[in-house]
Amino acid sequence: MKRVAIVGYAQHPILKNAGALNEVELIMPVVHQLFNDLGISQKDIDFTCSGSCDYLQGAAFAFVEGLSAIQTNPPIKESHVEMDAAWAMYESMLKIQMGDAETALIYGFGKSSPGDLDAIISLQMDPYYISPLWPDRVSLAALQARVLLDQNVITSEQMLASVIEARANSKNNKNALITDLIDESDYLKNAMVSSPLNQLDCPPISDGSSAMIIASEEKAYEFTDHPIWIEGIDHRIESSNLGSRNLATSKTLQASMDQLNLKNIKFDVAELHTQFSHELPFLKSLLNLQDVPTNLSGGPLVGNVMMCAGLDAIGKTYESLKNNQFTHGLAHATSGPCLQHNMLVHLEAQK
Amino acid sequence: MSDSKDLLRAPFELAYNYKRSNGPVMSKFFDALGKQTILGTKSSTGKVFSPAAEFDPDTYESLNDMVEVGPGGSVESFSWIEAPQKHHLIKEPFAFALIKLDGADSSMLHMIADCNEADLSIGTRVTAAWSETTTKRITDIKFFTLEK
Repeated sequence: MKRVAIVGYAQHPILKNAGALNEVELIMPVVHQLFNDLGISQKDIDFTCSGSCDYLQGAAFAFVEGLSAIQTNPPIKESHVEMDAAWAMYESMLKIQMGDAETALIYGFGKSSPGDLDAIISLQMDPYYISPLWPDRVSLAALQARVLLDQNVITSEQMLASVIEARANSKNNKNALITDLIDESDYLKNAMVSSPLNQLDCPPISDGSSAMIIASEEKAYEFTDHPIWIEGIDHRIESSNLGSRNLATSKTLQASMDQLNLKNIKFDVAELHTQFSHELPFLKSLLNLQDVPTNLSGGPLVGNVMMCAGLDAIGKTYESLKNNQFTHGLAHATSGPCLQHNMLVHLEAQK
Repeated sequence: MSDSKDLLRAPFELAYNYKRSNGPVMSKFFDALGKQTILGTKSSTGKVFSPAAEFDPDTYESLNDMVEVGPGGSVESFSWIEAPQKHHLIKEPFAFALIKLDGADSSMLHMIADCNEADLSIGTRVTAAWSETTTKRITDIKFFTLEK
């Protein structure tokens, strides 16, 4: 494996409703901030890869318009994933491993405010057995929450703690959407959306964008004296047949942990793409992170830009390692209902 | 500004405006559903998947041995919706649920209605209620109700 490093990351302030700002206008500031910070331009980038969801814009190939945010003349090598931009980073990693690129720009963007996200996510499910029933994303997450509670994998107190801590941690993230603090009585006053999940157990509808630049070992030091290395990266998916999965655990995440040999690494910090309050204690337990400061950025509960939040977990881990005397960080990105598809990224600062 | 009658217009429908094939396994499942019968597929290890799966996610073998399951089953998990959204098919409070049909080893995602939240827990017995007209779709099962 060639060594690859993250050399820059930028996040747009997460908005409740970006209004007339279109996707291009959301992407441009973060890409240009990165270019300015590093003193480079698009001509220093060998490969550009984006992550977004055409369903949000409601048109096939809507992502192509996103390219208007960057300079594409002279022609560039680019690609897109209809996934969270964490997977655009994965594709960029592969491109560098294959020797096709030394540097890559990754960006993700999502505007969830104009549509009905619950209905839209229903349409992305299995079109034979699941979509015709119109299950909303909260109800699907709630099915897993109930299994975890019933089997004592997590407790409702832990769910409450996830919500309170996320808001307390939002002070560490200048781009967070939700920053007001709450206490237990505020939490209990909230109506159930889909029991056992109430409004505060769910992430806010969010608009925004993020960008990242990664580079090979040779190039990384041209950009920065302090690259953060991608020591390990692995992603695995479980069956699309929801009813055949064991929702009380994740065999695929355990396989990823083994593949990355995480057992003996003492992580200083972790950022998990946990969109619902029950997912944080579940994954902390599964990933052996009980004593590791997790989601210091507040995580998805204080801002959850569709197709960016996974890349943001990687970006926030990068920032934590860069800005502190930390060595090891773990980032997690997810996709699909009930943590169906998961990516783990082990980041390491140079000693 | 040009007169609005000079503007070119094209219809735009936000929908899946194409047809899909159900394939050999799901076709049998949906044909049976149209006759108010629920099928599953059985793997070589004896595991039964319903709704009918085309392959076993553990062994990766193709599945085509069809067996009848249900129409009763037990609740594996559920989420209760007190205030249905406009896209939901049921307008009264109801549950989305994972239901393990009798004779099956995996669960079916569907809805449970005509009951209260307090009536439901993991393990509750339910049975299929059929739609008045069948169209060979998963919605031929209208929802599940408490077993009498």
